[in-house]
Order: sequence, then C-alpha cells, then structure tokens
Amino acid sequence: MTLLSVENLSVSLRGTRVVDSVSFDVAQGEMIGLIGPNGAGKTTLMRAILGLVPFDGFSSLAAIAPTVRGKHAAWMPQAREIAWPVDIKTLVALGRIPHLTSRAALTGQDAAAVQKALAHMGLTEFADRTATQLSGGEQARVLIARALAQETPLLMTDEPVAGLDPSHQISTMTCFAGLAQAGSSVIVSLHDLGLAARHCTRLLVVHDGRLVADGAPQSVLTANLLRDVFGITAWTANTGDGFVLQPLAAL
Amino acid sequence: MRLVLCLGAGVAVLFLASLLVGPAGLAAGDSMVALWQGGEGPVAMVMREIRLPRALLALMIGASLGVAGAAMQGYLRNPLADPGLIGVSGSAAFGAVLSIQTGVAGAFAFALPAFALGGALIGVFAVLALAGPRGSSLTLILAGIAISALAGALTSLVLNLSPNPFAANEIVFWMMGSLADRSMVHVGIALPLIAVGCVMLANIARGLDALTLGEDAAAAMGINLHRLRLTLIFGTAAVVGASTAVAGAIGFVGLVVPHILRPLVGARPGALLWASAFGGAIMLLAADIAVRMILPERDLKLGVLTALVGAPLFLHLIYRTRREGL
Repeated sequence: MTLLSVENLSVSLRGTRVVDSVSFDVAQGEMIGLIGPNGAGKTTLMRAILGLVPFDGFSSLAAIAPTVRGKHAAWMPQAREIAWPVDIKTLVALGRIPHLTSRAALTGQDAAAVQKALAHMGLTEFADRTATQLSGGEQARVLIARALAQETPLLMTDEPVAGLDPSHQISTMTCFAGLAQAGSSVIVSLHDLGLAARHCTRLLVVHDGRLVADGAPQSVLTANLLRDVFGITAWTANTGDGFVLQPLAAL
Repeated sequence: MRLVLCLGAGVAVLFLASLLVGPAGLAAGDSMVALWQGGEGPVAMVMREIRLPRALLALMIGASLGVAGAAMQGYLRNPLADPGLIGVSGSAAFGAVLSIQTGVAGAFAFALPAFALGGALIGVFAVLALAGPRGSSLTLILAGIAISALAGALTSLVLNLSPNPFAANEIVFWMMGSLADRSMVHVGIALPLIAVGCVMLANIARGLDALTLGEDAAAAMGINLHRLRLTLIFGTAAVVGASTAVAGAIGFVGLVVPHILRPLVGARPGALLWASAFGGAIMLLAADIAVRMILPERDLKLGVLTALVGAPLFLHLIYRTRREGL
C-alpha cells in the first residue's frame, strides 16, 4: 500500500525555486533517509509534503483535510521548541491531540500510546521531570517520543539525531527502523551519511532542490555522487555487519 | 481539582466580601436580606444598585483580564505578553476619552462605553488589517504596538488640546480605571461581550497546548493556526474592549495572574486559561475591596492599585525566573 505519493512537487520562496519537480512514492515498511548538503531543500521539501508551505504539484498528504492529516503523518520539526516548563508525560501526550475528539480527555488508549512512546525513547523514569530543564539531547528524545505517541502510519522527522550522543543516535535510528519493520514508514533527514548508510532501507538525495538519486544506500552512495553532491571522498565497504561508509576528506 | 475548589472558594468569599464592604456601613445580615428580598428601602437600593453591580463587574472584568492574559501568553509563547498588547485597550481608551472631551459622555449616560467599544472595534480591525489574516505572531505584536502607540498619541493629543480643565481632569481620572458608581446597565453592556469572548478564548485551549511545540508542529497536528489567531484576536478584543469600556484601563492583572498560576497547573497553557479567569477575578475583587478600605474618602483608583501591587510582584517574579536560570 502506498502511504505517500509526491508528484512534480515544486516550491518557490521569494522567486527562488527551492524544491524543483520532486516525485517519489513511499510504500509501507520503508525507512527512508533524506540526505543532501546544507540548503539543498530537505526541510522545505518535507514541509511542502505536509502542506505547511504553498507548493505546485501534488502531495497525497497535503491533499488530506488538515484536521485529519495528523492521524496520517507525524512531523517533528528541526527547531526543538518546548515553550513552557511542562512535565515530560504531558509534553509527549500532546502527540495524541490529532486523535482526540473536541473536548474529550485522554483515554486509556492514549495513555498506553504515551507510555509506549516513553519506553521507546528510554524516558519512562523521566516521565515526571520538567521538559525545559533537560539537556538539548534529552529534549530531542522527548520530542521524538511526542511524535511516536502520535502513532501514525508515516513519521517525518527533520534531523532528529543531530546533537544526540552516539548511543542515542544509534538507538533512535534503530527505533525508527523497528517502526518500519512493523509496517509504518519513516522519512528522516540527516547529515550523518554513516548512519544513513547503515540504518536506512532507502535514500533520497536532494541537491539544489532536485531529487538526484533514489534507491538502496549501496546503489546511491557511489563515489561519483559523494563527490558531485557532497564534495567529499569516503571509504565504503560491505562488511559482515552490512554496508559501512566513513567520510574521509572534503574536496 | 483541588485548585478549582481553592480558586472557586476564593472567588466566592471575595465576592461576598465585596457586597458587604462600603461607605454606607450596613450590617451584614440586613444587607444580604435586602439584597435577596429587594424592596424600596435604602438598604436594598445600596445593595442592588451600587454594591451588586460593582461586585459583578469586578468578577467579570477580573476574569476577562485573567483569561485574555493567559491566552495571549499562550499564543505568543511569552510570559511577558499582556492582553493590552494587541492595541484594543489603548483604542478603547481613546474612544472613551473622545466622548468625554466632546461632551457626548455628559449628554448621554452610555455614550462613554459605546464610544469605547467603537474605539476597540476600530482598533481590532486596524490591527488585523496591519498584521494580515495569515501573518505570524511577530506581525501581530508589531501591529498591536503600532496601534497602541497611535491610540496613546491621539489620547495625549486630545488631552493636550483640551480647553476645559474639568474635562481633562475627568479624562485623567477615567484612564486610571475604576469600578465606583457603576450601575447594572454597565453590567448589561459588558456581560454579553465578555461571555462571548470568554467562550471564544476557552475554545482555543487545545490549540494553545499544541503551540507548546511551536507553530509548525501544531499545524502538522491539525491545529488551524489562522482560525486560532482570529479567535484569539476577536475573543481578546471582546473581553478587553468591554472591560475597558465600563471600567477604564486596569493594568497588570492580565500580566501577573497567569504568571503566578502557571506553576500550579503544570505550565499547561490550556489549563491556565480557566485558572487565570478565577485568579483574575480574585485579584480584581480583592483590589476593589482594598480601594474602598484603604482610603475611603480619597477615591483611590482601582487601576492605580493594581499597578502598585502588580509591578513589585512582577519584579519579584522576574527575580525568581532569573535565579532559576530559565
């Protein structure tokens, strides 16, 4: 089943074409890494797909009525905003908003989703602490848990692992991969090509607003593409632990 | 739940106290009986025509300023936001001042609140026109400041050019804010607008909760930010415009009350709305009792007292926030 279909999607901001005729489909169970250099248009592409910026072309998600869109896709923006000193449980429970009928309180099902999301991110013991008093990395995990609590078929996150320690980078990517194995799909933008190569089932490479490559990590991350798009050389290998990539030098 | 009971009890006690305090020096038992039974006697007159409207207005306006302050802070995600920020109270005050200056207020008893409401209405549409229906919270602040500044300047201009020192005096006193000598007709003018405004503001509770995560995340969760913004502007304009129209400018309630109550509701902006409505009513009822007890002969103005109490309280809160390093 197709969870998301994007056709000829373009975005112009102040006369500049930031996203240029991007088309791709997302099926169930995909763990998609969205990679590209700074300013390539990754964030704008994701926001357009969600219907948060005006665009030309088609996105099946933006075509859904805004009020029910939150049941189909969860969005974790890059800006990690926690405006008020609420406790973590309350913050994660905000992810249940799309599922609540007007005025209704949280049900047992909602509470279970919150507990599950907290457990996924290893936050169960922190549940009563104040979110704004956590470190940046811990706040990122809380916000990921918030997106998980939304329990949507599609999860889109913008640089969720930036600023996390190695252990939590890996556990977050593994958690996303686990969601994909369970039948959801995840689109995650990231700059760490090593993590992208290792944990994603499919990579989309964006360069100057255009989708320049789309496929399995091994077929996408060629020496030519790394040179032309990222301006780097890298060491790659197929090891007993899977495909591995280590960037070496900037060109 | 305990907080609801505490705040509710506080409002009830102060409302009762407000009915029993006054220069007429009536016995508590007699006055309550007279209030209940009515009749032609002087006690019933004082209770029904003077004290009841005064207590009702303190309750309504306090709740209005509290809920509007909490809504504005929640929307802008800034604990320093104030319901006056969108320029409504400034333009309402200008309308009122104009009616005093031109003498219309003296000619028709209800010209003053009518002019003030007209000013508020013009102010809110000017802010909307400047900020645009789809702008961000920043454009709303800028538009609000522009309209407030313009309304303030025009008010000063009227005072400046006023040839009549009595009118100028009246304007200055009116702008300090007071609930003295108001009647049930004032309650009748303010109540519908305040009721509608409070219902509108109560409706954005969930949107304000979602905004804790920022505008992008809230929009992606299905919160219609354009509608939320319009509801906020019109709801605030209704309650603040009506309050200013009947009581003049009463500051600091909308700023301080949500700030004090925030920790007691776990900082949830939606829950803070109703808590601040209770808290605002408590603060204004208490302040209005205080102005009658501290200097009964000198007609201490309510707005002066709330500012005198509110400003140091606010300084203390700033100090505490700094110490916590937040």
